Amino acid sequence: MQRYETDVIIIGGGATGTGIARDCALRGIKAVLVEKDDLASGTTGRNHGLLHSGARYAVKDIQSASECIDENKILKKIARHCIEDTGGLFVTLPEDDQEYHFELIRRCEEAGIKCKKISVKEALRIEPNLNPEIIHALTVPDGTIDPFRLAASNILDAVERGGTLFTHTIVTDFIRNQDTIKGICFRNRLTKETFEIYGKVVVNASGVWGQKICEQAGIELKMFPSKGSMVIIDYRINNVVVNRCRKPSDGDIIVPGDTVSLIGTTSKKISYEKIDEAVVDDDEVEILLKDGEKLIPNVSKTRVLRAYCGVRPLVAISNEMDGRDISRGIVLVDHEQRDGAKGFISIAGGKLMTYRLMAEMATDLICEKLNINKFCTTHDIPLPGSEKKTSEHKRIKHFSGIPKSIVGSTQFRHGERVHRILKKDKKSYGLICECEMVTAGEVDYAIKNLFVKDIIDLRRRTRVGMGPCQGALCAYRAAGQIVQHEVADGEDASKMMIDFFEERWKGIKPILWGDALREMEFTYWIYQGLFGLGNLISGTKGSGKGVETLEEIDQF
Amino acid sequence: MINLENISFDHCIKCTICTGYCPVAKVTHLYPGPKQSGPDLERLRIKNQRLVDASLKYCNNCKRCEIACPSDVKIADIIGSAKWKYSKKKLSLRDFLLSRTDLMGRVSTFFSPIVNFFTRLSVVKFFLDVFLNIPSKRKFPKYAYKTFRQWFSKNRDSQENFERKIVYFHGCYVNYNDHDLGKAAVAVLNALKIGVVIAREKCCGVPLIANSYFKKACKNANHNIKTLGKAVESSDMKIISSSSSCTFALKYEYANLLELDNSPIADRTEYITEIIYQEFEKGNIPKMKPVNIKAAYHAPCHLERMGSVIYTIGILKKIPGLELKLLHSECCGMSGTYGFKKECYQISQDIGSDIFKKIDKIKPDLVITDCETCKWQIEENTVYETIHPVTLLSRALEANNS
Repeated sequence: MQRYETDVIIIGGGATGTGIARDCALRGIKAVLVEKDDLASGTTGRNHGLLHSGARYAVKDIQSASECIDENKILKKIARHCIEDTGGLFVTLPEDDQEYHFELIRRCEEAGIKCKKISVKEALRIEPNLNPEIIHALTVPDGTIDPFRLAASNILDAVERGGTLFTHTIVTDFIRNQDTIKGICFRNRLTKETFEIYGKVVVNASGVWGQKICEQAGIELKMFPSKGSMVIIDYRINNVVVNRCRKPSDGDIIVPGDTVSLIGTTSKKISYEKIDEAVVDDDEVEILLKDGEKLIPNVSKTRVLRAYCGVRPLVAISNEMDGRDISRGIVLVDHEQRDGAKGFISIAGGKLMTYRLMAEMATDLICEKLNINKFCTTHDIPLPGSEKKTSEHKRIKHFSGIPKSIVGSTQFRHGERVHRILKKDKKSYGLICECEMVTAGEVDYAIKNLFVKDIIDLRRRTRVGMGPCQGALCAYRAAGQIVQHEVADGEDASKMMIDFFEERWKGIKPILWGDALREMEFTYWIYQGLFGLGNLISGTKGSGKGVETLEEIDQF
Repeated sequence: MINLENISFDHCIKCTICTGYCPVAKVTHLYPGPKQSGPDLERLRIKNQRLVDASLKYCNNCKRCEIACPSDVKIADIIGSAKWKYSKKKLSLRDFLLSRTDLMGRVSTFFSPIVNFFTRLSVVKFFLDVFLNIPSKRKFPKYAYKTFRQWFSKNRDSQENFERKIVYFHGCYVNYNDHDLGKAAVAVLNALKIGVVIAREKCCGVPLIANSYFKKACKNANHNIKTLGKAVESSDMKIISSSSSCTFALKYEYANLLELDNSPIADRTEYITEIIYQEFEKGNIPKMKPVNIKAAYHAPCHLERMGSVIYTIGILKKIPGLELKLLHSECCGMSGTYGFKKECYQISQDIGSDIFKKIDKIKPDLVITDCETCKWQIEENTVYETIHPVTLLSRALEANNS
């Protein structure tokens, strides 16, 4: 068993956890982050990637709305390469309440969100694929945000400033001394190594999994998980975020995200035991596609790539079981005050949009506990990759000889770090993923710098396997790169390929018709027909991650 | 902004068969192949119009990718319109001259002996190479004196006697370069008891499309749709052409690539051998004397794309005394103006090298192909005379008449 000592231990590698790690690093506090799977593998990576202007909350929850617009402005500054300032529209369909948009405009004004009514003609000019039958249209400063990039950039900055990250490690126990939490024990799920780590403050930033973490610490923190499902469309059917102007409901937003578009979202209560097994139901897919088509008619003609769901973490502050006390806002719990557990705090609730604010609040509390008098700077200092912008003209000149599509895509994903990724050596810009233009150089960079342990991690850092073929042409190439970089041997890399396809399959299964079905059949021919990958499962060792998760959950 | 008329790229399952069939990707690494250039990059171009790769210029628009595609993705159309919609056309005197076949033809036919003399001078070729990037190794097709239309207007009366008539779209090559092919077409059709009508026409637009002059191509296309449509509107006349690429443009490219309404002519337009084949099938076969030759047949890409190769082979088989050797169907590399560009010359030669070798091995008396630019490529790279199937047919008829 290895032992470590640090100031702060953060549990959870989502947006909030990585945000806290960065905030701590910027304030000079030593921090270790422990994540049970991979960065942004939970709720963070399972939303529709909307950079909220706050307009969606303006009518119902003005507090959240103004938080959103503040963070919106900050993120546009500090996380330039993770966001796209597409702008957003709210459109009223003939069947919707024709008065609702007046209220929306009024409330947006109150919250300080720029919201302007425009003519239908103008709306169709901004977004030509919009349903031409809309009655009213408003513009709002919505955008898109890539949660994978956001989490990776935060932790990259934290680590570059002295932080430490453990992914694929699961908390097995809390180390306590009477009423003080002294640290945690955790185990690496890939290597089975065990660790003990001592710290002055333990932060539970594990979102909806926070209830389990608290249980391990002997504290009750009640979560009310609500499942939200989304479908991904093969390509960008819209270039502007399109919201439906009505009371928030299922299937009323289409967000362009990198090369795809997403239709969101449903909302369904699920029991806490099911949070790791949440799946998209058929009726949800149906609703999303039906309502999506009303906003953008092309939805019906386009291939659906996959469907996925995330679990929103709604927290009950006191332990009342009837859920009346559920808060939808940010919940920061000092367990010393609430439960008498010294050195333990939980941060939950909130949204991806407010991750930085949540991190700031948590780190402020940490500073208070550690008696450190330093202020937050995360709203000022840009994330790695979002620093000063090189002009496009200059960049194209710099990378002349490399196809523009490759330079553009790499820069889109990694911002200014593109200069550390692309080299004029032909091998380095050879393609691994042809759909999303991921080069060997980018994979190389991700494996070396972005904490990649398997192909699924690699996907989150680079978009390998996120295009129309869903890994058919790139999984084996990525596996080859994994072996080449000695992350794993051939056998383990093959197992990783299985894990990768299992994970892809989960999202494809709910939408398995038409071109997606043909695509899957083709993938099956390659990996089963040609490689016989399925024969590998029985009797071989390897990570077998998918299976072990369930066993581990049973242990709790 | 995206306008999603052509979303066939959405059906691509990334099987990459198209790239396997791409003649350009086979010989050069400069072109990443149709899958990459078409459906893959189209998604990126929809995301950001500036992500257009310079490598698109290496696509020779042979359309073999579309033949290979099991998902019916209009790959070449996607690439063609990407060149048009997303990249800025740079001013290029060479591309202008190469694509303005009407203009060049009209001027050159006046002074054809002089033009033909000068274009064969190595000094001129050297200058063309240096200043216009037209490879000096290329031979320019000879211009004829006066135009085919002038010949036809003199002989128009003889066509009046026929009960059945057909509109003949002669195209620039027949009009300015090779009157004999036009005359042969008229002779063959007359032998089938069909009279020939010629409508006012402009260049079909293939070279303009290939050089991304889409506006001009649309203008020509609209003109042709109008005049040809008018010529056939009050009857059930068909429109034929002796050039495979012209036929392809009239019938398909106008609608699929230029997004124009070509319905007045699309269903009426056929390649010449298809009409002849249909007549042969009906038993309308004129008397022919044996030609007694061995010929190799090369199927042009655009004819292959239309699925009309079978008709050409069908009529060739009816010519007595013809020993026909079918070459494996592949691109010859010329691809219209493609082979006349310095940056594409070597690619063009490499693509065709296999065909040249195979022809040399067969040692035919002559080579037959439907496309004028294939003819130039083969004649330049082998020692054999290359003719149009209709020309051979007319020779068989002549032999009978004499």
